[in-house]
Amino acid sequence: MKTIRLGAGAGFAGDRLDPALELAEKGALDYLVFECLAERTIALAHRERLAGRSAGFDPLLPARMRLVLPHLRRPHARGAGFRLITNMGAANPRAAAEETARIARELGLAGLRIAYVLGDDVTEILRAAPPTLPLLDRAGTLADIAPEMVAANAYLGAAGIVDALAQGAEVVITGRVADPALFLAPLVFEFGWDWEDWDRLGQGTVVGHLLECAGQLTGGYFADPPRKEIPGLARLGFPFADVSADGRAVLGKVEGSGGRITLATVKEQLLYEVLDPAAYLQPDVSADFTEVRLEERGPSRIAVSGGRARPPTLKVSVGYRDGFIGEGEISYAGPGAAARAELAAAILRERFAWRGLPFSETRFDVIGRDAVWRAPLPPSLPDPPEVRLRVAARAGTAEAAAEVGREVEALYTNGPAGGGGVRQSVREVIAVASVLIPREWAAPRVAMITA
Amino acid sequence: MMRLAALAHARSGDKGDTSQISVIAHDPADYPFLAAHLTVERVAAHFGPMIEGPIRRYELPALGALNFVFERALAGGVTRALTLDAHGKCLSGVMLALELPDPQ
Repeated sequence: MKTIRLGAGAGFAGDRLDPALELAEKGALDYLVFECLAERTIALAHRERLAGRSAGFDPLLPARMRLVLPHLRRPHARGAGFRLITNMGAANPRAAAEETARIARELGLAGLRIAYVLGDDVTEILRAAPPTLPLLDRAGTLADIAPEMVAANAYLGAAGIVDALAQGAEVVITGRVADPALFLAPLVFEFGWDWEDWDRLGQGTVVGHLLECAGQLTGGYFADPPRKEIPGLARLGFPFADVSADGRAVLGKVEGSGGRITLATVKEQLLYEVLDPAAYLQPDVSADFTEVRLEERGPSRIAVSGGRARPPTLKVSVGYRDGFIGEGEISYAGPGAAARAELAAAILRERFAWRGLPFSETRFDVIGRDAVWRAPLPPSLPDPPEVRLRVAARAGTAEAAAEVGREVEALYTNGPAGGGGVRQSVREVIAVASVLIPREWAAPRVAMITA
Repeated sequence: MMRLAALAHARSGDKGDTSQISVIAHDPADYPFLAAHLTVERVAAHFGPMIEGPIRRYELPALGALNFVFERALAGGVTRALTLDAHGKCLSGVMLALELPDPQ
C-alpha cells in the first residue's frame, strides 16, 4: 500500500537547524515541511519590511535552504527525493522564492521549480472593510485597532499548496497558511482526496497538527524526570508520519536520533493548543479529535476519526502597534533576599508615581517566587537563596518605556543592599487581534519561478 | 492529599488571551478518578485570581485525558502581556501542583 512520508523540519521560526538536516539526509522523505510562522511573526515581518530592515521573509530561510536543498533530489530507499513546503515566505513569499532560486543556482540545482502562494495578505481589504467587524477574542471592533494596523493576514487552507504541487513545484513557499494545512496539502495532492471528504481531511488535519510543532512530538516540551524520561534531548530527532490513502498514519523518526515517540508524547501534542477537541477549526475542515485512537506498534500508529463541516469564514490575524514595553531586572541574594526585592519594588512604585511616569500598566515580579506562578501561594514559604526582581511597564513611547530600566539600574546605588546584575530592555509591541472574513476575500494565487 | 502530578501529566498551550491545559492520566485506569475529582470548581480555586474569565472542561475518555480552557488567563495574550511567561507555558506545572484527595 502506498504511503506518503511527511517530515517536520521546524516547529517554529527559531527552531534548531540540525534535526532538519538529519531528516533530509536520512529520513527517506517524500515531503519536508518547515512551519515557522507564529501568530505575530508575520506582523513583525511586515514591520521590518516596511521599515526597510528586511525583505520580509524568515531570516533563517537562507540557512535552512542551504542545509537541506542539496538533498532534495537525492534518491533514497523510498523514492527519488523530497519536495519542500514552508511558510517561511512570511510577509513576502515572492522575495523568499527569489532568494531560494538564487541559493538553488549556487548549489547547482538549475531548473528547480519554486512556487509561491499569495492571497493571504488582506491588509488593504481590511482597510476597506466595514469597521464594525467584531474582534474575536476581546470586546471591540476593527475600528478600534484599524488606525494602528500593521498587517492583516488570513489563514489560508491547503488549496494553494495543492495547486502548486500539481504544477510541478519542488519547493512551495507560502505566507500565512493554517499550520496543519502545510501537511494536509501534500496528502490531498498525492491521494486525490475530495475537498468534501470530511473524514480524510479530518485525519490529515490530525496528522498535520501532530507534526507541526516538530520536536514537541518526539519528547521536547515533555521531559520531566524521573516519571517522564526522554533520552537524547540534545540531539532530539524531529518526527515524520507515513500516511496511507485512508488517512491512517504511522509516526516515526530517524533511527538513532534523540528523543522518543510514545503514547504519552502523542497525546500531549494531540491536545496542544486545542480548545474544543470536537471542533478544531481550520480553513478546510472542523476536525474532531475526541475519537482519535492511538496504538503503539513499534513506532506509534494512529487512527483518526473524521472532520465535520467546513466553516464558511476565514480567520484573519491583524497585527497592530500597541505601544512599548520597558523592562528591568535586578538580583538579591542571601538572608532576606525576597524582602529586599519587595522593598525595591515598593521604592520603584513610589518613584513611578512621584515622577508621574506615563505608564498605563505596570508589573512587579519576584522571579523565583511568583513571576510565572501567579496562583495563590502557600502562606509560609522558605526564604529562597536568591531572587530576581523584574519590573515591566507599558508606555506610549520608547522614551517613556526606557525609564523602567533606568529606574531599576539606579537601585544599584539608591536601593536595598546587595542588588546586582541589572538588565534592561525596551521593545515595541505588535499586538494581534483576530477577525472572521468571508472566504471570497482571500483566495490563494500561485506563481512559479525556475532556478 | 496528593498532588495531581502523581497521577497525570500536562501540557499547556495558548490562543490569544486563552490558555489551554491538557491533563492526561499516566495510567488510563485513573481517568475516572480524575474525571470525578479534577472539577472545574477545584481547578478554579487552585488558580485563583490569575484566571479572569470562565473555565471550561472537555472530557476525552478515549485518551484518558481532560482538556481545560481558561479565558482571559494570559494578561492579554502573548503578543502584549507584561508577564514574564506570556505564553503561559509554565501553567502546566502550576496545574500539576493541585492537590487531590487520596484515591480510596
